[in-house]
Amino acid sequence: MTGHRLFWPVTALVALLLVDLVVKPSFFKVEFRDGHLYGSLIDILRLGAPLILVGIGMTLVVATRGIDLSVGSVVAISGALACLHLSGLGDQNSVSGTLVAVGLALGLCVALGAWNGFLVSVLGIQPIIATLILMVAGRGIAQLITDGQIITITSTSFRALGSGYLLLVPVSILIALAVFAASSLLVRKSALGLLIEAVGGNPEAGRLSGVRSGRLIWLVYVFGGLCAGVAGLMVAANTSGADANHAGLWIELDAILALTIGGTRLTGGRFSLGGTVVGALLIQTLTTTVYTLGIPDTATLLVKALVVLLVCLVQSPEFRAKVRPRRATEVSA
Amino acid sequence: MTTRLLGYRPRQRHLPMLATLVLLVGAYLYGASQYTAFGSGQVVFNLFINYSWLLVVAVGMTFVILTGGIDLSVGSVVALSTVLSAELLTKHGWPAPAVIVLVLVVGAVLGTGMGALIHYLGIQPFIATLVGLFFARGLCLTISTEAPSIDNGLFTTLAQTQIPLLGDTHVSVSVVIALAVVAVAAYVLHHTRFGRTVYAVGGSEQSAVLMGLPVARTKVSVYALSGFCSALGGLLLVFYKLSGDPLSAIGTELDAIAAVVIGGTVLSGGSGYVVGTVLGVLVLGMIQTLIDFDGTLSSWWTRIAIGGLLFVFIVLQRLIARRSV
Repeated sequence: MTGHRLFWPVTALVALLLVDLVVKPSFFKVEFRDGHLYGSLIDILRLGAPLILVGIGMTLVVATRGIDLSVGSVVAISGALACLHLSGLGDQNSVSGTLVAVGLALGLCVALGAWNGFLVSVLGIQPIIATLILMVAGRGIAQLITDGQIITITSTSFRALGSGYLLLVPVSILIALAVFAASSLLVRKSALGLLIEAVGGNPEAGRLSGVRSGRLIWLVYVFGGLCAGVAGLMVAANTSGADANHAGLWIELDAILALTIGGTRLTGGRFSLGGTVVGALLIQTLTTTVYTLGIPDTATLLVKALVVLLVCLVQSPEFRAKVRPRRATEVSA
Repeated sequence: MTTRLLGYRPRQRHLPMLATLVLLVGAYLYGASQYTAFGSGQVVFNLFINYSWLLVVAVGMTFVILTGGIDLSVGSVVALSTVLSAELLTKHGWPAPAVIVLVLVVGAVLGTGMGALIHYLGIQPFIATLVGLFFARGLCLTISTEAPSIDNGLFTTLAQTQIPLLGDTHVSVSVVIALAVVAVAAYVLHHTRFGRTVYAVGGSEQSAVLMGLPVARTKVSVYALSGFCSALGGLLLVFYKLSGDPLSAIGTELDAIAAVVIGGTVLSGGSGYVVGTVLGVLVLGMIQTLIDFDGTLSSWWTRIAIGGLLFVFIVLQRLIARRSV
């Protein structure tokens, strides 16, 4: 069983949750309050939803040997545009107004994803540099949209995206779940996943066997932009406002960590969407655990570094080969 | 276009670097035509003065990228160096030379650790150095959350000494250090066994192993070197700012990577030059200088302009390098 690629990430996740349980015995309690579910576990899922979404988009990008550094900026832009539109409405609670705001934001994010795809597939710029352009400029665009201010909104219909409930369960969890299910079905039940792995695994072999890599690369960046856009709406809905400077900050790094923990290699080829979801939940649980344990803010990064290192180590075949056969002393540095 | 000037035809692998040089000169001439003060030689020297620290960091990054790796930890290591310097000098009264040595050793040790994780334990470079990024930044914040200023004698002397050049132009001590690092790096890459091995590992690690090259030692060494360069870059940043800020140099890793790539080094490794990296850093500096001279942009338009100019440089560089094949 330890051979399954998700064994160690899931073990780490369970271990973290057990730490929480020991420190705070009420951690696992899921209550039924005000007509919906309520508890720490639900919070982890709810707050982890944006990272899950960005991670799913990033996984497909990475599978084609790419990387998308701009997702954090796209998160900020999406929230900024939606909030700008909402704040200009007479009645912020109107459903049609909210839908227009969501549509505008997602439309822009698709365009931004297409821009990244254009740079990578048509101009042939290395992905890390191509998306760096939008990462730098994107924060500026988000600030331009909000005019450097934090736009706050009161729309209850929009806030439902972040903190609303449908059939007892938070809406954001349902959205993340739906995107995960839809993308998993699409890549595993059609040839899409195979083609993406062909582009990333061995581009030359893929080309020779007739895979049109240009379109596929374009597609994954657009999908990545769309996922980041939805995540941006959730973040804005959760905080009831758009903060162009801080929304989605570092989320590209967390997303890359999540997919690596989930077993997708940055060198492209094979990918695992389920693994990314586990990785994202692990990172969110880690954040929650740091709060539960009362570790000071300044040490959060240290704890994160150590836990991530540990998870990556137990997954590394080289490390296990060195530790298992009684040569544990050789593992140094 | 410029590539057949006077019957001179550059080698294929020099093209990306030459394209960057052409763009850099073009940007300088454009600036000089727009703003009279821009044409003075001091503007060029100021590029070196303001970005000497980034130059040193980018040189270390060049070695790592040449082997096909990447080092995301450099910004945090720079910040850690500034914080360590400030802390030890102001709160613990350490002598300046001891602080300098300790900072450099810490950088090299962190780099070696990441290199060992990557080579011996099979962690992907991106992830191992991302852990390094979190770790070093976490250390910074644990040591200090303030940014104390430094008034140590040696540090202020090094910071304020101006070396006069032709006319009334001058450079700082940091520039001399940075250029020395560049010269040493270029020598090491092209005239030592270690340098050839770096290119060989980047070209094909498997072939390098089969040829009996010391791949393990080389791979760990480039990360140690990058850690050392980041620490040195951190010291130069201390000379420049005379303070130690735990939140300084955020995003430096991306600046350094961008400089290396704009300079013509390929991220998959095996091909590129230190001189290209120097040009890449100057391009980033030139973009910032053009925006500073304009002086009318709000902070968000500045970001958009940096992104836009970065785009223009990268696309033109690709077009020039591709067209003249």
